[in-house]
Order: sequence, then C-alpha cells, then structure tokens
Amino acid sequence: MSKELIRLSDCVMSYDGDVVLDHINLYINDREFLTLLGPSGCGKTTTLRIIGGFLSPTAGDVFFDGVRINDVPPHKRAVNTVFQKYALFPHLNVYENVAFGLRIPRAETVERDGKAASRKVKLSKQEIHNRVMEMLEVVNLKGFERRSVSALSGGQQQRVAIARALVNRPKVLLLDEPLGALDMRLRKDMQGELKRIQREMGITFIYVTHDQEEALAMSDTVVVMDQGKIQQIGTPEDIYNEPKNAFVADFIGESNILDGVMRADGVVEIFNRRFPCLDKGFAPDEPVDVVIRPEDVDIVDPGSGQLRGTVTAVTFKGVHYDTIVDFYGFKWLIQTTDFCPAGSDIGIQIDPDGIHVMRKSQYSGLFGDYSSYSEEYEEIGDADYVPDGEEDGHEA
Amino acid sequence: MKHKRSLLALPYVGWMALFVVAPIVMVVVYAFTTAGFEPTASNFTGMGTYVSIFARSFQLALIATVICLLIGYPISYVMAKEGPGFQRVATVLIMLPMWVNFLLRTYSWMAILENNGLLNQLFDAIGLFDLINGLFGTDLTYFRMIRTQGAVVLGMVYNYLPFMILPIYSVILKLDRSLLEAAQDLGANSAYVFRRVIFPLSLPGVLSGVTMVFVPSVSTFAISRLLGGGTHMMLGDLIEQQFLGGAYNPHLGSAIALVMMLIVIVCMWVMNRFGQGEEQAVVL
Amino acid sequence: MKKQRRVGSRLFMALVFLFLYAPILLMVVFSFNAGNSNAVWQGFSLRWYEALFQDRSIMGSVYTTLLVSLLATLVATVAGTFAAVGLYSMRRRRRNALLAVNNIPMTNADIVTGVSLCLLFVAVFGFWNQFAANYRFTLNLFGTVYRITFPQLSLGFGTMLIAHITFNIPYVILSVGPKLRQMDGNLVDAARDLGCTWMGAFFKVILPEIKPGIISGALIAFTMSVDDFVISYFTAGTSVSTLAMEIYGMARRRISPEINAISTLLFVVVLALLAFHNIRESRAQRAAARRTY
Repeated sequence: MSKELIRLSDCVMSYDGDVVLDHINLYINDREFLTLLGPSGCGKTTTLRIIGGFLSPTAGDVFFDGVRINDVPPHKRAVNTVFQKYALFPHLNVYENVAFGLRIPRAETVERDGKAASRKVKLSKQEIHNRVMEMLEVVNLKGFERRSVSALSGGQQQRVAIARALVNRPKVLLLDEPLGALDMRLRKDMQGELKRIQREMGITFIYVTHDQEEALAMSDTVVVMDQGKIQQIGTPEDIYNEPKNAFVADFIGESNILDGVMRADGVVEIFNRRFPCLDKGFAPDEPVDVVIRPEDVDIVDPGSGQLRGTVTAVTFKGVHYDTIVDFYGFKWLIQTTDFCPAGSDIGIQIDPDGIHVMRKSQYSGLFGDYSSYSEEYEEIGDADYVPDGEEDGHEA
Repeated sequence: MKHKRSLLALPYVGWMALFVVAPIVMVVVYAFTTAGFEPTASNFTGMGTYVSIFARSFQLALIATVICLLIGYPISYVMAKEGPGFQRVATVLIMLPMWVNFLLRTYSWMAILENNGLLNQLFDAIGLFDLINGLFGTDLTYFRMIRTQGAVVLGMVYNYLPFMILPIYSVILKLDRSLLEAAQDLGANSAYVFRRVIFPLSLPGVLSGVTMVFVPSVSTFAISRLLGGGTHMMLGDLIEQQFLGGAYNPHLGSAIALVMMLIVIVCMWVMNRFGQGEEQAVVL
Repeated sequence: MKKQRRVGSRLFMALVFLFLYAPILLMVVFSFNAGNSNAVWQGFSLRWYEALFQDRSIMGSVYTTLLVSLLATLVATVAGTFAAVGLYSMRRRRRNALLAVNNIPMTNADIVTGVSLCLLFVAVFGFWNQFAANYRFTLNLFGTVYRITFPQLSLGFGTMLIAHITFNIPYVILSVGPKLRQMDGNLVDAARDLGCTWMGAFFKVILPEIKPGIISGALIAFTMSVDDFVISYFTAGTSVSTLAMEIYGMARRRISPEINAISTLLFVVVLALLAFHNIRESRAQRAAARRTY
C-alpha cells in the first residue's frame, strides 16, 4: 500500500563547523503520519525545514518522489507547512488567509504546437470559494470567514493555519510543534482532530514535537532524535517496548535503567542475580543496559520476591502510586496500585517480558536512576532546557 | 500601588494642559476673533485670496512626498535585508546629517544651485551647455535652478528624506520572518510575497513616513525663502508674515494655520481610510 | 543574478548617501577657501575660522543653541521618563487619551506649534506686564522701606527653553514607553515583595530595565533641539538667537562663509563623539564576548 515519498540521504547540516544534523538517513512513505521526536536542539526542526525547502543541507540529498529537490525553492514544492506560532497574515481575515495559496497564479505546462510551454493559470473565484469553504468545514471553522485572525483563540488560529496549509492540496503537510502554544485540554482535542484530518485528506503528515506522549498517541512512525542523530525509528509500540538505547528508553516514558550482564540467551544478571528474559543474540557475558518499566514490576512479600528493597518515598498519582524503592543503593520507580508506606520492606517480581535488554551506548549510565526523582527532574537538571520549544534557533 | 505610580504623570499632564492644549485653544480663539477680540468669521471668508498659495504649497509638498517615498521605500527595503553591522552604520549615516542644523544644509544647497554655482560649473566642465547650444542654437551658459519651485522641492526632499526612510525601515525590519516563509511555502515567489505580504504589512510605516514628510513640507517657510528666493510664496511664508513679518495680523495667521492643519488632518484621515479600504479590497 | 541585484542595491544606496552628504562635504571644503565664494576655489586658508572666533554674534548663537538643547534635553529626559512611568501605570483608556495629546507636538506642523506657543506667551505676558506696571508695593519693615516691583516679561531664552522642553518630552515618552510595556509587570511587585521601598523599586528595577529607552529618547530629543529652527524662531523673541536663526537672518543679506567654518566644526565634533561611542561599544562587546568563553 505504501510507497516511498520523501527520502533524506546522508543529510548533514552545519553552521560554522557546528554540526546540527549528522548524516541523517530517513524515508517517509505516502500517507504516513511520521513524528520527529526529541529534546530541544536535537535537529528535528532543522530536518523539517530542509524538507520544507527553507534550508538546504550542507551535504547529502533530499528526494521527493524520486526527484532530487535540494535546490527547489519552497514555493515550488508540493509540501506545505503549519508553522510553530502559526504565522497567520495579520492583514488578512480568516477567509483570505486560507485563500492565500489559491490566489497565486501557478505555472502550468501546456502542449502548444507540439512544444511544451508554460503559462500562468489562475483559479476562478468560484473555485477558490468552494475550496476555501470546504477546508473551513474540515477544520470546523465555518462561519468564521470574516473574522480577523487576531480576534481568534489559539486553537482557532491553529485551525486556520492547518486549513491554509491544506487548501493547496499538498502531498505532504509539515507541522512544527503545532500544539505547543495550546493548553492541555485543547492539545488533547487537537491531537484527535489532526489524526482525523490526516485520515480524511489521505496525505502524509510530518510532525515535529518534543512531547513523547503526543508522538506515541498520533504517529504511525516515530523518529527519535538527539544531538543531530537519529536514535531510533519505529512504530510507537516498538519505540516504547523495544528502545534501542538508554536515551530512547529514558526519553519515552519512565524507565529504570540498570547495568547488567548477559549470561546466556534469555538470562540477564542484575545485582548478581539472574533474571529470565526474552532477549537473545548477545555475546556471552556482554555488559548491557537493562530497562524495566515501572508498571512491569509486581510487588510481593519481602521473602518471596526476586529482589528485596526498602520503600523510600510514595506519591499518590490518582490511578496508581509512584513508589521509589531502594535496591542496594540504586533507586527504582515502581508504579503500583498497592500502597506500601515509606520505610517498609518489599519484594518484587518481574515477568520475563517485563525485562528489556539493550546494547551499551554513549548514553549508558546517564539515565534511569530515580535517586533524586521529582516531576521536574529533567527540566531542572538541564540548564539548556527551553520551555517554549524554541529550539533549532539557527537562522540561515 | 499602581495608581500611586500613575501620579508621576501628573506634573506632565499639567504641563501639557498649559503648553500643548492652551496654545491650540489660543490659535482657535484668535482665528475666530478680530483684533479687538470681537467674534468674527471674516478671517476665513477672506481667505479666498490665498487659494493659489494653498494650492502651490500642497502641490509642492505632495511632489516632495512622492519623491521621498520613491527613494525612501527601496532604500528601507534594501537596508532591512542587509546584515546587522551594515544596518547600524546605514542608520547612523541617515541620522547624522540631522545633527547639522537643517538651515545649514539648506544653505549649502544654495551654493550648489546658484547660476554660477557648483552644479552649473560641473555642467559647463563636461560640455553640456556647448552640446545643447550646438544642437538647438541657443546660448545657454547656466541652468536657472535656484529661486525655482524645483529647488524648493529638492530642499524638502533633501531635508525630510530621513523621516521617510526610518519609519518604513523599522517596520520592514520588524516583519515576522515566518510570515514571509509561510507565503513562500504556500507557493508565492518573491515578487508575490512582496506585493501581498511585505508591502501591505509595511503600510503603517509608509503612512507615518508620508505624514512626517508632508506636514513639514507643506508648512515650511525657511526652505522656500532660502531656495525659492521668496518668489514662490508658500503657506509657511504667509503665516510667518502674519506673526513676525510686515503684514502683522495674528488673527488671520491663526485662521490660515488652522485651515492648513484641518486640510492635512482630512488628507491623512482619507489616506488612512484608503489604506484600510485597499486591505478590505484584497480581502473580498 | 542575485549578486548583480546586490551590487545594484548597494549602488543605489551609495547614490542616496552621496545626495545626503554632498552639501555637507562642500561646506567642509569651502570652509577652508581663501576667497569668500562658495563655488570658486581660491586657495587654502583658515581665515574664516579666525573670523568665526572673533564673530561674537555667531559664537553667541552657537552657545545659545547648545545651552538650550542641553538644558531642554536634560529636563525633557527626566520629566519624560517620570511621565512615561506614570502614564504606563494608568488604565489603558486614560493612558491612550493622554498619549493622543502627547502626540500633538510631534505630528503638528512646527510652525503651528511655534505660533501657538508664541500667542500664549505674548498673551500671558501682556496680562502680566499690565499687572506689573500698575501694582507696586512698598513695604515698611522696622523702619526700612522696601519698594517691591514686578519685572516686565518678554520672549527670550526662557520661553524658547519651555518650547524646546515641550516638543522634546513626547519623543522621550515615545521611546521609553515601549520598554515599559515590554517590562514584566510582576518585576516591581517582586522587588516590593523582597523588601524594596517604592522609590527603591523605581531606581533598582524600573530604571535599569528602561535605560536603553531613556538614552535613545535623550538622543532623539537632543537631535530635535539642535535641528530645530521654526519653533525657536517664534518663541525666542529678538533678544537671543540660535545658530539657525542667525543664518536665517543672514540669508536676507549675504551668508558669510564663517557659517561653513562653524558647520564644519560642529560636524567634526559630532563625528568624533560618534566614533568615540562606537569604539567604546565595540570594546564592551568584545569584552562581553570574551567573558562568555
């Protein structure tokens, strides 16, 4: 069903020797919902701008439908963008914002005297009207045509931006953190809305976000990026269940990441204890990273578990308790519906499919310990954290 | 607490009442009274004599404004596209002449435009007069430039061009780059982006530039005196004569000033409306 | 092709700058002319500079110009800054109404501002002088008789200064206002919360935040004062004159080449100040750059 539409081949982007994209290889299929996910400065917006034509890669090629498009300017690409802060034209009303692309005369090649000639074609008023109204209907903004864009709420502006980008019937829609400026409730609604629009229009969406939940909920394919490199490409399930390295495991969801040694196929040793698992294909006694998701841990009596530890903190989260447990000086996060008071001794039991083994990487040892756990741990610990998603701030 | 802070503006509000509002009230009072402060409208009814002066002033100011716009817009546009270092130098270079009083600069133009001035010397040196005389059988030795309306317009353009450039430049500079990218993304080439996005969004700058050039131009008296030689009387000269000149009549002077400002305000208002109207025309 | 367009645009800019600077350049050149022509070069000489320093009326007018500009800038900057802080703590509607009045001197034609102030001063002084002429007091204090009279007032330096202050304040408010609007409204509250007094918050929090706006406002005010002719002309009366008024008076007769000399001197001073400022700024930038590494 799916055919390849866009391919980035060995794309490198650097500014004054500062490498922002490091040999990116990526293909995107027709009608796919693909998300570029990563922290600020990981290169995801740069990748999007290369596809949109606002940047040209320092090295490497971009193909669209098999044709190299490195030097094709944005206005000649069958790709449209929903910009981060919408970039709606303040001097035009809702209708005219959406009609903007339709009013531009297009060059069309026609056969004349056996020769191909190009001429400018304008759409008729009626056709423009029909298409604008159709788009406004798709984004649920009927009746807003005459409104000034500055009088709209954030969510409505968002819809105008989507309608404006889609009215040209692009093959691909690029969305740069489109929900970043909306509040939580609206975000959730718009996620569903975007998914619906993508299905209805039957086109490819390339979506940039730093919100892993959003990425998992919406995408067919997730591309996790960090430091200008692709860390993993896969379906949301793959990314969550089979993270390739400690970075992906930590960035997607909560994870306890432990040092382990692979003793044999299906046997991993943590804290000098052997645990049965499902992973195979490692060298004998290879040091590995082991990921255990907090919800895959069962709490049992101290005597009967695989490991024995002490609860150090408990936080009530509504559906479950976030329980921090100390095992031999290493603190785990366990999500459980059983309340265990701080200070109590517990045992734990992990099913073989709850243990995921990864090869060691540059990220080993950096993540996965909950000894100073707090909600904002990542934000506080990262001095470069930019709350607004204002990353990739390189202007050419 | 915030209200306490707003008291800081109180002295200035008093100052404005005294030195901004009261003087304008005085102008209105003078305009509608006789020398003995009897109410009258005769200051206005007798203004028909000066129609030609009104017409000339508005005509010359309009020409100067259009020329300033034609030079100033491209300069602003080009400047806004340059790098920040270049922009800083260019901005300073545009402001710098203003620190030399405008009469000094205008006075310098007198020397350039004189019949035996530098420009005519230059034309002579490159053989322009010989060429023309040879072609048409005339015996030109100079172009008459000073004491013409052209010289007055030149003086206006020269003095007020920075007032056109700076507001347009700052508006274009502040344009959100993502708007231009969005237009490109939707299929517009650079000409279309300029016509449908950059230009309409820079209209506020154009409007304030036009005001800042037109208002001093239409009311000038120093430029017309120095470069026009006083032969082409303008509104400024007329008003000045009523206050400090031979034809002392501040009541008539106030009336003329009032009418002048009213016409200017109406012009600006129409232009504002027109500017918005155009926007709406695009919208429909 | 892109390069060509760039060259074209640079050429256009160069031509415009030539247009702007040609008259100034000529003034500089002919200030060193031996003859008294502004068009015919008759050899190098400093005679106009010598004449200039002995010309009391021109030197006096330069002094008046600088004094009125500096004083007006100083007063307008302080008053304008306080006024701006006050205006931007008001409710929006009242603020906008006052800002509309504030804008009048900026958008009004100079000549209208000039004659209206002239009318006001003349009328007020008329009343005052009548009062002063009719009322004299004698005061008998412990046997000594004091005769108290009121002075007669007329247009002069004071009225010109008031006029300059009046048209300068709006520029200060205009450049300070946006900085105040950008400022986080909670900053002052935070400072107060941390124990600052009301005045302390003003000097420690507001002032540093809006300093760039104040500086550029002062600069604009000074520029406008130096460049002004029309308003001074109507408000200065006959006793004092600025440099511009001096030239305007000369234009009826013949303008002395001393004017070239004084213009050159002023221009050189401005250039020197500018160069000094730029050097200092680039040094500060370099120092800041070094600090970040």
